Amino acid sequence: MPESSVVKDIRSSSVECRTSPLRQFSQSSLPLHRNSYALSTFCAEHNVQECLSHINQEVSSFGLPPVWTEQDGSSELNIVAVLNCMYDLIQLHRRGLRTLENMEVEQLKSNSNVDYLQLTSTRLKEQLEISKRENTGLLERERQLQLKVKSLQNCLKNEKEEVQKLQNIIASRASQYNHEMKRKEREFNKLKERLNQLLVDKKEKKQAIDVLNNIGRADGKRSLWKTEKTEAKHEGEMYKTLLSDYDSRQRELLMENAELRKVLQQMKKDMVSILSARKPAAKGDKHEHGGTQAASEEEEDEVFDSSKESVELYCVHAREKLTNSIRLQWRRLKSHVERLDSQVSLAQTGETTNTDAVPRETHEEEMDRLKLEIQQCKDFIQAQQQLLQQQLSSPCDEEAASLLSDGYMLQEKERLGEEWKTLEGQRKIFERERRNFTEAAIRLSHERKAFEEDRATWLKHQFLNLSPFSDSKKPSLSKSKSAFLISETGASAAVAPEKLVKHQAESPRCVPLTSPSTADLYRTLCLIPEDSSAKPKRQTEHAEESSIFCAKVRLKRWDDIQDRSLAQEKNSSI
Amino acid sequence: MNFSEVFKQTNQLCKVSPDGKYLATCVQYRLVVRDVSTLQILQLYTCLDQVSHMEWSSDSLFILCAMYNRGLVQVWSLEQPDWHCKIDEGSIGLVSSRWSPDGRHILNTTEFHLRVTVWSLCTKAVSYIKYPKACQKGVDFSRDGRYMALAERRDCKDYVCVFVCDDWHLLRHFETETQDLAGLEWSPNGCVLAVWDSCLEYKVLLYSLDGRLLSTYSAYEWSLGVKSVSWSPSSQFLAIGSYDEKVRILNHITWKKITQLEHPAVIDNTKATVYKEVEKRPGVGSDEMSLHSITMGTTLFNTQSKYEICPLPVQIPVVKPDPDRANPKIGISVLAFSSDSRYLATKNDNMATAVWVWDMQKMSLEAVLEQTSAVRCFQWDPQRPRLALCTGNTKLYLWSPGGCVSVQVPTEGGFQVQSLNWHCSGNSLILLGKDQLCLCYMDTDQEDK
Repeated sequence: MPESSVVKDIRSSSVECRTSPLRQFSQSSLPLHRNSYALSTFCAEHNVQECLSHINQEVSSFGLPPVWTEQDGSSELNIVAVLNCMYDLIQLHRRGLRTLENMEVEQLKSNSNVDYLQLTSTRLKEQLEISKRENTGLLERERQLQLKVKSLQNCLKNEKEEVQKLQNIIASRASQYNHEMKRKEREFNKLKERLNQLLVDKKEKKQAIDVLNNIGRADGKRSLWKTEKTEAKHEGEMYKTLLSDYDSRQRELLMENAELRKVLQQMKKDMVSILSARKPAAKGDKHEHGGTQAASEEEEDEVFDSSKESVELYCVHAREKLTNSIRLQWRRLKSHVERLDSQVSLAQTGETTNTDAVPRETHEEEMDRLKLEIQQCKDFIQAQQQLLQQQLSSPCDEEAASLLSDGYMLQEKERLGEEWKTLEGQRKIFERERRNFTEAAIRLSHERKAFEEDRATWLKHQFLNLSPFSDSKKPSLSKSKSAFLISETGASAAVAPEKLVKHQAESPRCVPLTSPSTADLYRTLCLIPEDSSAKPKRQTEHAEESSIFCAKVRLKRWDDIQDRSLAQEKNSSI
Repeated sequence: MNFSEVFKQTNQLCKVSPDGKYLATCVQYRLVVRDVSTLQILQLYTCLDQVSHMEWSSDSLFILCAMYNRGLVQVWSLEQPDWHCKIDEGSIGLVSSRWSPDGRHILNTTEFHLRVTVWSLCTKAVSYIKYPKACQKGVDFSRDGRYMALAERRDCKDYVCVFVCDDWHLLRHFETETQDLAGLEWSPNGCVLAVWDSCLEYKVLLYSLDGRLLSTYSAYEWSLGVKSVSWSPSSQFLAIGSYDEKVRILNHITWKKITQLEHPAVIDNTKATVYKEVEKRPGVGSDEMSLHSITMGTTLFNTQSKYEICPLPVQIPVVKPDPDRANPKIGISVLAFSSDSRYLATKNDNMATAVWVWDMQKMSLEAVLEQTSAVRCFQWDPQRPRLALCTGNTKLYLWSPGGCVSVQVPTEGGFQVQSLNWHCSGNSLILLGKDQLCLCYMDTDQEDK
């Protein structure tokens, strides 16, 4: 325990001053000892024995001979032993101090070494840093130089290639020149030969033309002398050709220009319309609003102007105005489209900001509106189509048509019903008449039979009362009767059916069982009252005629009815 | 499609009269005139030597036969077979001979292009034009026949002379800004003259009829330049084919390039149809290889072929030209517009087996026809958009927007079609072989793939 505190003290003292640690140590050690001695009440009078034994133990632990032995019977200490022990202890202590000193020195040395090493290490680190930096700098320079080298190599390659190409060109040109030179030389040689030949050759063959007869010019005209007039004419013709060519070209270009201008105007109009349609939708471009307002007014003016007179646009300013305005519109449209594109892309990536949402909403609104419009238009078109179809199929509405058709049907029905009624009535009348006639015929036959019987009895009577004068009257009567009948039948041959006529002609006597013609029946009916007077004859005639007429009329009416019904049927069928 | 029998001809001299009624052919030193529909010989003329050049006059009444070796030109009349005309150029020699547009004057170019002599058949008068230039196309007549443009080289400078064909009056004479003028061509409407430089410099100059320079066009410098030039029949476009395998189209309003048509070796990313000629070769051990057919020579040499549509991408076989030789076989050498200006057919010399057809309305590739051998000649039907081409074998190929067809020319002994010409009505084709000719009559349009 005391040693540790001493060591601490030594450390601290060594830091402060290293000159005389020993003295301090020795000086400091004694008071400490004294202190510690003073502090520890180790030995008192009552525990001397224990102290002694304890000290013995301690000393023996140090390796020194014991201070006190049990041998001595006296409790007094062996002073020699004690002094020796003390001396040994002191020696030990001194030795310890010396080793401490040495160790201190060693420690100082090592400390200084450490410091020194630390210093050197920091210095070396700095040096390392510096050298590293230099290294990177050098590397960088090397890289740049390498790049330069590469580029220079490329340049060199290019230059070499170009040189090669130029050499090739030179070579080809040289070969071409040589070729030409040789050709010219050959020709020159030929010329020299020919010249020699000509100089030598005395007889020169002159040029000559030998034509059988002159032929006329192709256009049949006579050739003219070359005068100034003809020359001027040629010049004039040449310029005329050129002018006409320029004219036609200019016309073509004008046409093309006009077309292109039209297209540009159209494009401009479209762009303006698109942009103006977009104006209320696009928010936040208020500055553009003002600009576009002004521009649109300008454009309107322009459009107005250009529609008035196209000649105005032939001047440079108008052309520039048009192109500038188109450029402006196109730029606006482009920016707008770019904005829309960016919006779309942003929407696709999922980012939605306030500014983006609004146009998108408006865009969607627009879309909805357009869809609705499309739907409406489609419906409208469908309705139109339906109406058109109906128009084509029937002239009027279905209800009205059905009503009308019903009406027609009813009308038809009514008419038919009426006609049926009339026909029925007529049929009944005819039936009645027929019945009457048959009855009349039967009656007539009965009467005839009776008459015949009477006649027979009368004749019998006459025969029995034979006289030559009374016979002649009766056959004439009968003959006249039959003659009258025949004449009557002849008169009504047209009306009466032939069968009955025949029947009548054949056997005036026998009455056919079939229904006779109305005329004959009437006649026979009327004949009965006819016997009385001549007037009834006329009456009968009248009656007959009237009967004939009636019959005719009846028949005609029947025909008419038939025709009408047929016609109506035809009409209704249509 | 009917084929006539084969007739003899020499020197590929076989021309139909401008009115379409007669066909004139040269056989050795004889000139044979036939009726086009019946092919009966109508007239037979005998010239003094083998004919080098033969040409109909514009009114179809006269035929010019030039014999360059002898320096003679003989003119024959169709109406009067007895009529004769002989022009003897004498010592001065003859290099080319042609009719004037009115059919009454003959322009003879002397040897070494010393001068152009204008002989009049009406008056026997002679005019001379000095210093004509010897170039690819030094003389051109306008389509209406009123003006003639002639390239002139005087004091190492190029000039253009414009003559009025009526009386050979020199209308305009102006210098051109070319290094070495290679050719000139009138536009179909006769108002613009296109003048181009030799291949060493890419330069196309456009002059108005009265000699004003309208525009200059130069696509690039130093590399080999213009190889071929063609006007569209409507005068709207000027197509310039150059050695860089591209065709540049200029428009007639601004004379600026509106598009350039490229001919890549690998065709990809296009809506065009690529037709590839595929030979239908009969199997070796098949029945067709009978002795009869071998002796007939039909099976082995006259293989049938048909067109197949190839899916993209397609590789066109390219033949790299010899870099040391002059006039290398690379670049667009042939340009042909269809009569309605709707299509343009081109041929790139290093892809000699392919013909490219471009749609002028869309300015894009319409079709590519890849043949089995190098295309020798192609020409548009004068009446409709139908292209006929031949590759030196026994077949005739036709392309139209509806499709393409390969027709075997049914002749014995193999008739190798080396060049072809349409009849002006578009109803028949004249096929020329090495020394034979055959007519092909189109009665109906047969389009099947």
